[in-house]
Amino acid sequence: MELTQSSGRERGPIMKGFHWFDWVYAALLVGGVAYVFRLYGGTMDGYEKGILLLAASSFAGLGWYWKPVRVLLLAVAGLSLLSIDLYHGQLARAEQVFWLKYLISSQSAIMWMSTLFVMATVAYWIGLLARSEFVGKVASAMTWSAATMGLVGMMVRWYESYLISPDVGHIPLSSLYEVFIVFCIITALLYLFYEQRYQSRQLGAFVLLVVSAAVGFLLWYTFDRHAYGIQPLVPALQSYWMKLHVPANFIGYGAFSMAAMVGVAYLLASKGVLASRLPPLEVLDDVMYKAIAIGFAFFTIATILGAMWAAEAWGGYWSWDPKETWALIVWLNYAAWLHIRLVKGLRGPMLAWWAVVGLFVTAFAFLGVNMFLSGLHSYGSL
Amino acid sequence: MPALSFKKSLYELLSSMRFAISLLTVLAIASVIGTVLKQNEPYPNYAIEFGQFWFSMFHTLGLFDVYHSAWFLVILCFLVVSTSLCVLRNTPLMLREMRSFREHAQENSLRHFAHQAEFESPLPGPDLVERLTGYLSGHGFRSRVAQAGENGGDVLVAAKAGSYHRLGYVLTHTAIVVICIGGLIDGNVPLKIEQLLGYKKIETRDIPENQVPPVSRLSPANPSFRGNVTIPEGSSADVVFLNVGPGYLVQDLPFTIMLKRFHIEHYPSGQPKSFASDVVVTDRATGRSFDHTITVNHPLVYKGVAIYQASFEDGGSKLTLDAWNLFAPTAKFDEIHARVNQSLQFSSGRNPSTMEFTDFRALNIENAGNEGNGEPQKSRGLLSDAMGVFGTNAADVGNENLRDLGPSFQYKIRDAQGQATEYNNYMLPIEVAHRWYLMSGMRGSPAEPFRYVRFPLDANSRIDGFMRLRGLLLDKTAYPEIARRFADTALVGGAVSQTLRQKFMDSTVKVLQMFGSLGYEGVARFITQSVPQAEQKKVADTYLRILEGAAFQAYQLSREQAGEPPLKEDGNGEQFVRDSLNAVNDLFFYGAPVYLQLTRYDQIRASGLQLTRSPGKYVVYGGSALLVLGVFAMFYIRERRIWCLVKPQTGRVLFAMSANRKTLDFEREFDIHKQRIAELMKG
Repeated sequence: MELTQSSGRERGPIMKGFHWFDWVYAALLVGGVAYVFRLYGGTMDGYEKGILLLAASSFAGLGWYWKPVRVLLLAVAGLSLLSIDLYHGQLARAEQVFWLKYLISSQSAIMWMSTLFVMATVAYWIGLLARSEFVGKVASAMTWSAATMGLVGMMVRWYESYLISPDVGHIPLSSLYEVFIVFCIITALLYLFYEQRYQSRQLGAFVLLVVSAAVGFLLWYTFDRHAYGIQPLVPALQSYWMKLHVPANFIGYGAFSMAAMVGVAYLLASKGVLASRLPPLEVLDDVMYKAIAIGFAFFTIATILGAMWAAEAWGGYWSWDPKETWALIVWLNYAAWLHIRLVKGLRGPMLAWWAVVGLFVTAFAFLGVNMFLSGLHSYGSL
Repeated sequence: MPALSFKKSLYELLSSMRFAISLLTVLAIASVIGTVLKQNEPYPNYAIEFGQFWFSMFHTLGLFDVYHSAWFLVILCFLVVSTSLCVLRNTPLMLREMRSFREHAQENSLRHFAHQAEFESPLPGPDLVERLTGYLSGHGFRSRVAQAGENGGDVLVAAKAGSYHRLGYVLTHTAIVVICIGGLIDGNVPLKIEQLLGYKKIETRDIPENQVPPVSRLSPANPSFRGNVTIPEGSSADVVFLNVGPGYLVQDLPFTIMLKRFHIEHYPSGQPKSFASDVVVTDRATGRSFDHTITVNHPLVYKGVAIYQASFEDGGSKLTLDAWNLFAPTAKFDEIHARVNQSLQFSSGRNPSTMEFTDFRALNIENAGNEGNGEPQKSRGLLSDAMGVFGTNAADVGNENLRDLGPSFQYKIRDAQGQATEYNNYMLPIEVAHRWYLMSGMRGSPAEPFRYVRFPLDANSRIDGFMRLRGLLLDKTAYPEIARRFADTALVGGAVSQTLRQKFMDSTVKVLQMFGSLGYEGVARFITQSVPQAEQKKVADTYLRILEGAAFQAYQLSREQAGEPPLKEDGNGEQFVRDSLNAVNDLFFYGAPVYLQLTRYDQIRASGLQLTRSPGKYVVYGGSALLVLGVFAMFYIRERRIWCLVKPQTGRVLFAMSANRKTLDFEREFDIHKQRIAELMKG
């Protein structure tokens, strides 16, 4: 049974199964940290040093726990550094240097990400319908590349924002355009994790659909609205909480979206559509549960972080602002889902339907609130 | 006994999960209402929006402040009670489960497990037990060995792993209760009770703060509050206002806040970069005072009260204005001094009116590229866009059209009947199609956009030229002279008979009269009434040409009267006159007897501060920490139990496994352990 493949690994001390590449990866991380300390150590304060060390150790942990992350992070670091090097500190070079103009300036990298995600979606569908293992592998490779390009785009965008002016510089997590990119990357990475876990590429066809939809929005936002510019941060967003609150939230949104798409696959398979091509129903159910569980955990953290930020920016950790209230509704929704599944032990199409409906609730909390309701949290309006 | 069974069934209901889930659902739906319906607006707004019937209906249901309405709080309380009972009911069980190894499991029950297997082994009993305990502890299981069965000799190795999973349940549910209690502490239940009992009364009158009676004031000892105060630069405050339903309460503070200065910094592109209030806080008890700067995201906490930068507005800027009397036939102005948030009485003719100065802005950053239509830029086709996006730097997008239109101020002119027209005037000229104008916008109601009158600037970049020209164009006694001059210039050269010349002059005077009475509208009215339809367009063109020509002469005349040299006919003057005619025309619909031109200002800002005391905050944070720990424990610690019944007499080992959650991971793990233990038993 193919399910047992990945479970065959021993649960033991993490170093036990160390491969030479793990050591190289660790050495590069340590080297990178040492280099940063040598270069900027004098100007960094305690927090920054702590954050750097924490970031490096979490990258190490993440890379050791999920091996492909090592390659991903090294590729992202390499390409981002190359791009930064090509800039020579001048924004105008984005339009002059070939590699920047067509590949790794932030905007070009993001366009590549978009293209690759759409191509990967198509490939996953071909792989699913033609039962082709090879096309499936190509699709996975494209998804990995798309995530890489997306992350490079984000890193370079971060750098570019500082080139505009040091006081404009900020992490690209503040506008709707930026968080949509984050959403695409996180959803894709979550999917890739489970793809490897379950050794099954068939779900890519479904999960990448929602990523492609997000890409569609990104392109519309870029071409029709010209809203891809880097905007300086309004005072309310100038806070370190943004770096924590936003990514945590998008792990939640990404995981819930993935669960919903797996729910769609479940419903189709339970009606006999594509049933022979998709993994067994128990697997779909399990992936759906895992996605919602991780989404719920991170959404909980994100909401709490949001409350702590709100306490600092708006004067109260909870103001019943529409965004807050909808976050609570999303949270209650999945809390109920988990109760029904875990305590009542319910399985089957009902939960799949619920996960799909959950996506709409989540989407409203993410976008609808900004579009239709007004409140304190009105950043990134459409 | 029915009473007891009622109590019992109530307890059963309250502590049941179904009840809790129903409450969650109701809570979620109730929450939606509050996001759809804007909360805590002034009551008249609702009355206007929904009409009296629905207003009173919604008011009774508490929909204007859902989250503080009695029924919402009751649901919350039920949730707390239900969750608490749930925790009380299940925690002892959970803890017992956590601790227990279930080493008294019977062979029969083990054989009924879905996940079990039996092995044969040649090894002696003690050896088997040793191997098994070793194996289990190597895989993260804690185990206990017990004698089993009546016949002795049988040994049961009972093991468990991931017991802290159960703690997850206790933690999450306790967390919910803790968070709700923290929220209730900050919801200030004691005050609510005092209000209910009538010890505190909401003030609804708009009276100065020091006249608010004690029944509507709260002492500095009040443990929890959240209120706002607006302090102009140079002023101070020692109270905040708590908005409650239709009115407010006054919260006395243990200190005084004086606002020295409020400042805004801007990015090079014009967007706001920081809002900051320089304040001096003086302790009322000790008299000690200190300086501090409060910015967004960086509140000041003093004596348990957190002070936040919430908003800003004008705090009474001083404006120096040239008031151009639009009723006077000649151009003249008076200098007046005004302050924002104050009104001036004046009378035009017999009608007393008030000028209410409402706002002043030193900066007006606007997107010039989108001026007029407000539409986003249309795309030029996907491909060219796509190519355009490559290699552009995202840095430049969106900011290229921003420009600062300079200071502006707003005011309302209210007539004796209370009807108000609102005006928005810019201090500096604004460029439109390469020409410069002073802009004054007016609107009848806040729902409308401003409609702007553009005052053209003369060669000295002043408005005087226009005002003088307008004076002449509205002065009936000047028309013959204008007509004469126009005839002199228009009919030059040719031999024109005196009668024709007189006719030309008469027409000119007539056109000037029509325009002078109601602008273009006056001309149009005459044409539609007196000219056959077929000729209307032609006549209109002629009249327009006469009007422009005459107005040009009028402008020359006005310059002559002012002692300025005549204008050259280079197109510039003509455009100025055309713009002037448009402005004169628009002023017929301006609705104000005066145009106010801002000449100097002294900006005074007011900072909106929010002050809160929330002792429940740390309770909520503590609860949140429990919640996160609990959630991870519940999802990522899996509780599993293994039993191995070793029967040395038959050389058989019964292996059974269970988990409190049947997942695919568990199935996998069972297979692995089954395989490995089978290996282990082979010897």
